[in-house]
Amino acid sequence: MIPSAAFLALAALLFVLGIIAFFVKKDLLTQFMAVEVMLNAGNLAFLALAKGFGRADGQMLVLFVITVAAAEAVIGLAIIVLVFRQRKTIRTDDLKDLKG
Amino acid sequence: MAWVIFFILSVLCIGAVVGMIVTRKPAHGALFLVLAFAALGGIFGLLDAPFAAAAQVLVYAGAIMVLFLFAIMMFNLREDEPPSGKRLRAVLASALAVILLAELILAGRRALAGFPGDSALSSGRDIARLGRLLFSDYLYAFEITSLLILAALVGALALAGRKEGE
Repeated sequence: MIPSAAFLALAALLFVLGIIAFFVKKDLLTQFMAVEVMLNAGNLAFLALAKGFGRADGQMLVLFVITVAAAEAVIGLAIIVLVFRQRKTIRTDDLKDLKG
Repeated sequence: MAWVIFFILSVLCIGAVVGMIVTRKPAHGALFLVLAFAALGGIFGLLDAPFAAAAQVLVYAGAIMVLFLFAIMMFNLREDEPPSGKRLRAVLASALAVILLAELILAGRRALAGFPGDSALSSGRDIARLGRLLFSDYLYAFEITSLLILAALVGALALAGRKEGE
């Protein structure tokens, strides 16, 4: 039987990879995908602990996280589409107006 | 046996995410993520969570990533040319990531110190119990989720549903 610690370590690694992807990539879409990777790392941690404690609550939370992630993807993509329509680009190098 | 499956799936998952970081084309990145999320669905199956595994494959690998692919096709992005400042950015991100990983591992070890040990009873496999829990303890959250999805639908239409030039 695989201990929960192994799954937690995998979750930590995935989360960190998501962070790296978020900082290295330069277009909004790929950065958004990196956020999805981080959400999935969170899900994995929830499930690992749910199994470790022998409770079903963790699985419930994962269902809600997946639902909220779907809603978030829809809104996020809509916003990116809007940005692309107005600016004709989604490269973050070209979108520096908020820098002040 | 379980270790072998776990090892194969985690290598697949990590490799796919690394591939998504390395590749320059957003469409390839999205396809890599489909692979990563499918492998993660298998790992969820190893964790005695068949329902979460199915939802992961259907909703994440299926619906959400297909949505991303459609968006990528709409944008018709050019490949991002290898810029000069990317090296420094990658080094900084990696350093940050190593620090964060160390912190996560420290926090995880401390959290696991008070851990009662892996319990043998696997409640998650009982999907009927999961359904009862959803409609008893988590009833409000479940109902509010429907409201959230409606809001997301209306919001997406309000944001992106407008005609060009309006």
